[in-house]
Amino acid sequence: MADLNVSLPGLNLKNPIMPASGCFGFGREFSEFYDLNQLGAIVIKAATGEARYGNPTPRVAETPSGMLNAIGLQNPGVDQIIEKELPFLESFDVPIVANVAGSTVEEYVEVTEKISRHPVIQAIELNISCPNVKEGGIQFGTDPKTAAHLTEKVKEVSEKPVYVKLSPNVTDIVEMAKAVADAGADGLSMINTLTGMRFDLHKKRPIIANETGGLSGPAIKPIALRMIYQVRQALDLPIIGMGGITSAEDVVEFLLAGADAVAIGTANFLDPYICPNVIESLPNTLEKYGFSSVQECRLKGE
Amino acid sequence: MMKEQWMEVLNNRPIALDTYEMTLHGKLASSMTQPGQFLHLKIGDGFRHVLRRPLSIADVDQEDQTVKIIYKVIGEGTKWLSQAKPGNQIHVLGPRGHGFPVENVADQHIYLIGGGVGVPPLYYLGKQLAENNRVTAVLGFQTKDAVFYEEKFQELGETMILTDDGSYGKRGLVTDVLESKMDLYYSCGPLGMLHAVTRKLNDVKGYVSLEERMGCGIGACFACVCKTTDPNDERGYRKICKDGPVFPAKEVVLWQI
Repeated sequence: MADLNVSLPGLNLKNPIMPASGCFGFGREFSEFYDLNQLGAIVIKAATGEARYGNPTPRVAETPSGMLNAIGLQNPGVDQIIEKELPFLESFDVPIVANVAGSTVEEYVEVTEKISRHPVIQAIELNISCPNVKEGGIQFGTDPKTAAHLTEKVKEVSEKPVYVKLSPNVTDIVEMAKAVADAGADGLSMINTLTGMRFDLHKKRPIIANETGGLSGPAIKPIALRMIYQVRQALDLPIIGMGGITSAEDVVEFLLAGADAVAIGTANFLDPYICPNVIESLPNTLEKYGFSSVQECRLKGE
Repeated sequence: MMKEQWMEVLNNRPIALDTYEMTLHGKLASSMTQPGQFLHLKIGDGFRHVLRRPLSIADVDQEDQTVKIIYKVIGEGTKWLSQAKPGNQIHVLGPRGHGFPVENVADQHIYLIGGGVGVPPLYYLGKQLAENNRVTAVLGFQTKDAVFYEEKFQELGETMILTDDGSYGKRGLVTDVLESKMDLYYSCGPLGMLHAVTRKLNDVKGYVSLEERMGCGIGACFACVCKTTDPNDERGYRKICKDGPVFPAKEVVLWQI
């Protein structure tokens, strides 16, 4: 059977599949459907310094082969997450990646300092690409200098490797990737959602209360593949790839593009069993295309 | 417990303007005992439609293992549903959420207050309540062509139909006829209606069922949330798909700024 192991900074993965941040909460709900120990890793919902309620509803809308969301980083705040959510995750033998967000450099630093010290957290995903909050988020992810500065500051305090989650809403993704790599990022996570809109014809206004939302799902897969491929040509940094993955075939595509591991997001909504299903079919799919391991497939793309 | 199943379409027929009643068959129906819960339905093949559609349970026949859902054709998803033929399979996740509390409710005079496609869950609820209580249904629709299930509700108790344009029943809104002398009420319909109902029946104990665009439908994505009325509430919000869709009327904020 094809070898699914992947070794990345801070993350020894038994397989390259992890649910993406924001699509899996803190794992509780999905643990009612299957044993979370099957997962390669879990990327938990974004943590901010204080509790956030998020945006007004509607927060989601369907689009062709995709969806828009503007949740607005709703979360109970880093202290509550550490106290109430992380203990639950300790019972699983799965590396946990904490997604860190904020409005200011200070907030990112504070959250990273707190959460990276927790033993259950094996890596940080630095969220500089949330398109749905007024302050912070994507502001940090669209200017290379700002992104680099933030990465540097977070790296100074983080006790765990830092993967910077890149926004696709930029002209030159390679420039962004290089900037955060030079600033000390241990890896990249890409891509976050693309900013988009839909309108309600009856009400004659945007469907999403926040007006714009982040586009995800199979609709953005070609863009994710292209961006990962471009960055891989320029950098050796580990990449966790994501954007519309729904099958083991998609995973192989992402590995060929240059991703080292992948995250599945939107597909969890349609099929709560998508992650274990993809993990189960991955060995056969790899073998079907002539690969004996994830690693071999990944290197084929170079 | 079963959480999902490909259920077979037994029947799918129009019962009012743009409104369909679909009967689904499968073992999953055995778990659908609580009125007010919803089913999360997969639309179309593959991943073209990435969001499921939450639809409330209108009726369940435990013996036949069938469940009825009622939906209005509004967009692409419900249009696809309306084209389903007997024999087709539809993937169902559910039943999900917390429904209307009915345990230990007896010898009460109860209002069932519904608006449009908010009416369906009140039927399954009414069937259970009518066994030990006196039930009065107040159902509002836009127009005569949109009215459905009037006779079914009449079998449960006194039933008043109102239409916005007066083309059938009384002209007006459900709140025009509500009286505060009741023991309890259960309501489902548009947010504006729910807000008006809770104000009118401020002194009566009641439950409301909320509708919202949903993501995962299991409580993980925070797409469908509403605020709580209690400023000292630990979380300050409720997840409609998981904590609801039914809430005590005074627990949640029913208007948006």
